[in-house]
This record gives sequence, structure tokens and C-alpha cells, in this order.
Amino acid sequence: MATTKGQSRRRKTSSSDDGPVAASATTRSRRNAKSPSPAPSRNGSEAGALDSDAILDLFRKMTTIRFFEDAAQRGFRQGKIGGYLHLYSGQEAVATGFLSYYQEGDKIITAYRDHAHALLLGSHPNEVMAELYGKGTGLVKGKGGSMHLFDVENGLWGGYGIVGGHIPLGVGMAYALRYQGTDGIVQLSLGDGAIHNGAFHEAANLAGLWGREGMNPTLFILENNNYGMGTSVERATAMTDLSAKFDSYGIEHEDVDGMDLFAVLDVAERATQRVRETGAPYAIEAITYRIAPHGAADFLERYRTKEEIAEWRQRDPIGLAEARLLEAGVAEATLDEIKREAKAVVDEAVKFAEESPEPEIAELYTDVYAGDGVTG
Amino acid sequence: MPVMTYREALRSAMADEMERDDSVVVLGEDIGVYGGTHLVTDTLLDRFGPKRVIDTPIAEGGFTGAAIGMAMMGMRPIVEMMTWNFSFQAVDQILQNAAKVRYFSGGQAGVPLVIRGPNGGGVQLSAQHTHSLEGFYGHFPGLKVVSPVTPHDAKGMMLTAIRDPDPVIFLEAGALYGTKGEVPEGEFTVPFGKARVAREGTDVTLVGYGRQVNMLLRAADRLAEEEEPIAAEVIDLRSIRPFDTETLIASVRKTHRAVVVQEQWRWYSVASEVAAIIQEQAFDDLDAPVERVSGAEAPAPYARNLEIAAFPSEQDVIDAVHRALYR
Repeated sequence: MATTKGQSRRRKTSSSDDGPVAASATTRSRRNAKSPSPAPSRNGSEAGALDSDAILDLFRKMTTIRFFEDAAQRGFRQGKIGGYLHLYSGQEAVATGFLSYYQEGDKIITAYRDHAHALLLGSHPNEVMAELYGKGTGLVKGKGGSMHLFDVENGLWGGYGIVGGHIPLGVGMAYALRYQGTDGIVQLSLGDGAIHNGAFHEAANLAGLWGREGMNPTLFILENNNYGMGTSVERATAMTDLSAKFDSYGIEHEDVDGMDLFAVLDVAERATQRVRETGAPYAIEAITYRIAPHGAADFLERYRTKEEIAEWRQRDPIGLAEARLLEAGVAEATLDEIKREAKAVVDEAVKFAEESPEPEIAELYTDVYAGDGVTG
Repeated sequence: MPVMTYREALRSAMADEMERDDSVVVLGEDIGVYGGTHLVTDTLLDRFGPKRVIDTPIAEGGFTGAAIGMAMMGMRPIVEMMTWNFSFQAVDQILQNAAKVRYFSGGQAGVPLVIRGPNGGGVQLSAQHTHSLEGFYGHFPGLKVVSPVTPHDAKGMMLTAIRDPDPVIFLEAGALYGTKGEVPEGEFTVPFGKARVAREGTDVTLVGYGRQVNMLLRAADRLAEEEEPIAAEVIDLRSIRPFDTETLIASVRKTHRAVVVQEQWRWYSVASEVAAIIQEQAFDDLDAPVERVSGAEAPAPYARNLEIAAFPSEQDVIDAVHRALYR
């Protein structure tokens, strides 16, 4: 399965805008210039086997995530949400596309930019917002906050706050899925900042090694938003072709335009199927952009320009999807109605969070150990 | 009762559990083909195959983290740290993930994981390869930390560790792998949080764990032979977290004096915690300040004479007992 040296030089990029060949010629320069590619043409590829109702549903999900993140930002500025708050705004197409191919039995693990993952997997927005508000009705009972969302019944296994630290866990989870004889896979999301961390390299090495025996169905989803906090990729590594780092570990990979839902859907369908069938890891680098600050209290204009942000806003994944739907003949009124409904869901989540009780003080000492537990 | 070495006792516990429970696997450096640097896992690869006895690259953070992920999925991995010194490479995984996932997931995830290997010094490995980490790991809620000294306890506590639903830091007395002792046949477990009275006495309580317990027993022999014999009670803590306060306090109420001995550094250590517990719960019973005997406050040295000076000796313990008895 290992990529040969010759292959590793070629980068395959999926995009619904262009054929793969055209895209591979433009990807590198686009990324180096850190500028978005042009708006999509009408000649996009089909988005897998999804029908128009399914596409509208994905539009609804992306819209809900955006409203949710906007509401979280407001709650943070009002002092109702504490700690750190990392928003997914701008990156919605990535998780939305990949989690469309979630199957029961799959395991999802990500870092701290995790609200979208919970919402997409079916966690109730009320409970997610309540967790951000530190309420006892929160997804993890008010014990984890924004960075530690878990909903294991729906496949979400966290929610981790240390850059890179969750990557070995995901690889071990994938081993367990095959050891236990299931056909589940692990979707392991990481940011561009995590790829410089030793935990990534140690874990990717194990994934490649174990995958050789069909014992590691890990789909690495590298969300390259070009900034590890405020440090751009170019300021963090001399080898800026991030997905090529997987070559070191015998893990094949490709790139995708992470702002284009339909491109993500295409690659997600193929990649999840491939990992499920082979039991070997595979990696996707999704080129995306965080419209929001790294953390809600971040000084975003110290490390990037207003022009850069404005340019990427032209390729806002929700705007792109909306344009495609309109072109396909969906009525504007239909999309407006979806937005209104999404807004109502988020408004209700905020109301629920605000009105929910705080956790009981007794919860301080539960879940330290199994059962009644022990301390000193 | 059959006699086996500390090493064989550990291996026997792991093999028995692997026979009984398919979810138990072992991971670590050179544990399979090579048989384990200390031969603790010798023969397991032949018996259980490479999917259950997993040789890893030398990357403790990666494979410890992977084992945590396996444990979250319901497997029961046992990670061998070739020595506990290397666990610093995995410390983010152990402290930030294993110890806390249950808590920050609101109880949705658990980590039934054992991390085991030799702890402590005494064989001239100098600064980077000599640590006693029981206080360090014992500091973190979410972990259980144990340190058996006899082959009996090595087996019984390893069985308990593997079956425990939470992460267990299993600190073996590396210097004692070859020592022999009686180990019952068949299945038996030694619970966590129960100290052992290794020798009964009435005049002073000597508290230790791991290989220090053997030294305390020798010191107790010498104290009993003094012109004015001193009857020392020796308590083997066995378990650092959870901690058996009851056995400790009952002994101090009887003897009114305590000497706590450890190989690790004194500042912010297990002995400090034990001394604090005694003064909190048995202040009125004390006839003397609690004595602490600890490792020298320096990185471990190489030269044999310096190393001997760096760790508590029988004489250090006897001197501390004399101070506690105002002799």
C-alpha cells in the first residue's frame, strides 16, 4: 500500500470545480498564495448518490452550525460561556461532507473545534449549547465544556484540548475496531497545527504499520485552515505540502477543496469506502479557512489581513452551496425557510442553555473513577 | 505453595488473563520477538500471536496513546514501559488523556489500561534512567498507582490491575525481578487500597513500599537485636492511590512513632503525604515528629559509592528510628 517515491511527488486534488488534473496544477500555487480559488463553475461533479432532499438537508446542517457558532460567539462575549471557545465557521463543508458517510459503528474523534461534529452526528443542539454554558444538562454534564464534547452513542468519542494529543487515541481505536472484528472505521480530524506535533508522527507511523496488516481503518482528515492559532503554515514548517507528510508513514493521501461541499462529498464517499474495505489508513487534506478567530478572544487581524479574510469569504462554503442549489433550480424561498428554521433551532438551544440549572456540586467528584471511585 | 520469581508471577498473571479474556493484549518495545528486555513477557508471543503481543517502535507517546484508544473501545491493553523513565515521553497521554477522559466525557468513556514496568534505581543507570515516580503519578486523580514487592502481590495485584475499569500505573520493583516467593495456585487477586503489615511490632511504625520494604524488614531485624531491642512494625503500603489510611493510622496509634521511607526525592513526595495524613489523623497519639527518609536531592549519580549514598540505607532508617525514640 505504500506510496512510492515517484507517486508522492504527484498530488491528486479533488474539486467539483475542475477535473482532477486541472486542479493538481492549480492547487499548490493557490495554497502558497493563501488565496481562495474562483467561485465554482456550473460544471461541477455529481455529489455522490445524494438526491436533492439530502443536499438540502446538508445545507440545513451547515446553516445550523453557522448560526450555532454565531450564537456561541455572542454568549462568549456576554460572559455566559467561559474558558476557550473555538469556532468552526468557514470549515463547515469539511465535517458535513465527511460525516455524511458516517455509519453506525464508526468512531469519530477530533480536537477542540468540535461543535460541528457533535451537531452533525445527532447530538441535540440544546445539550451542546448547554455544555458551552456549563450547565448540568450539557452533553457531558458541564464537565468538559466546548473542548470536550462526547456523545458515544452517536459515535463521537471527543473532543480533546491538547494539539495533537488525540491522534494516537484514534489510531488505537481503529486497531480495536478491527481486533473486535467489526467493519467500523475511525474518522480522525486534525488541524494543520497538529501535524508538527510529535504525537502525530508517532501515531501516523503506527497507523501505517498496523494498516499493512489491515488492522488500522483510520481516515485522517487534515483540515488545513492555514493557521495553527496565529502562525501560518509557512511560518511553521519548511515543508508546506502537509499531506505529503503522510508519505513518511506509507499512508496514501489526496487533497480536496474543503470549501466545496460537493467536492468533499465526492472524496468522502470514496475515502470512507476505501478505508472500510482495506482496513488501512488513508488521509485527506482539506484546504479550508477559518473565517472566525482561532479562539473567540483571538486578535485575528494581527496575523492575517482584512483583505485575506474578505477574499476567503467569497468562498464561504455555505454561500457556495447556496449558489449551487439556486443554480440547480431550488427556490430562494426554500433556502430562506431552511435558514429561518435553523435559526429557530439555535435560538431554542440558547434559551434551553440559559434556563438550564448548573450542575449539582456533587458532580465534582463523580466520574473520576468508575463506580463510586476512590481518591487519596 | 508453589514458589516463583517476581518476574514469573507477573507473566503468569498476564498469561492467565489473556487465556481468560480475549480483550487483553500487551504492547511495548521488544516484548514479543525479543521476549522483553527484562523477560517479563517472554513466551507470550508464541502463545498468543502478534495481534495480542504487539512489538512497537520506540515511541512511547504513540503506543501509549494508541493503547488508551484501544481501552476506550473496550479492550484491556497492558503497556510495558521498558523502564518508567521512558514514560516521560508518554506523559501527555497518561496524564492528559488516560487519567481524565472518564471525567471530561461525563462518564461516557473509560480507560481500562495497565501501564507496567520497572521503577526505581540501584543499578548504576545514572540520572536519566533512575526515577521513582510513585509520587509523581500518585498526584493525579483518575489514576491508580500500585507498587508490589512480593511475587505474591505482583501476581495478585496484576490480576486486579487488568480487571480494573480505570488506568493503573503498575510500578514494579525492577531490582527484584529474580527474587522468589510463594504464590498460590489458581486464580487469586490482591485488592488495591489495602496495605500489608509485613512485620508486627509495638515501638515504631516503619512505612514503605516497593523494594524499600525488604530493606525495612532487614532494618527491623537489626533493631530487634539492639541492646535495648526495638520492636518495629513494618507496613507495606502496596497501593499509593487508593491509599489505606486505616491500616496506617491503626499502627501509629499502637506505636506512637513513625518513620516513612522512600527512594524518591523528599519534596512533594509520598512520604510527605503520609506524614501529613498521620499528623492530621493521629496527632494526639504521636510521641515524636514523623521521620522521613528519602533519596538525596540530586539527579541520580553513576559512581557506585555516590549511588549508594543517594538512596536510603538500613543505617539511615535505624538512625531515624533512634531519633523518633529519642535515643
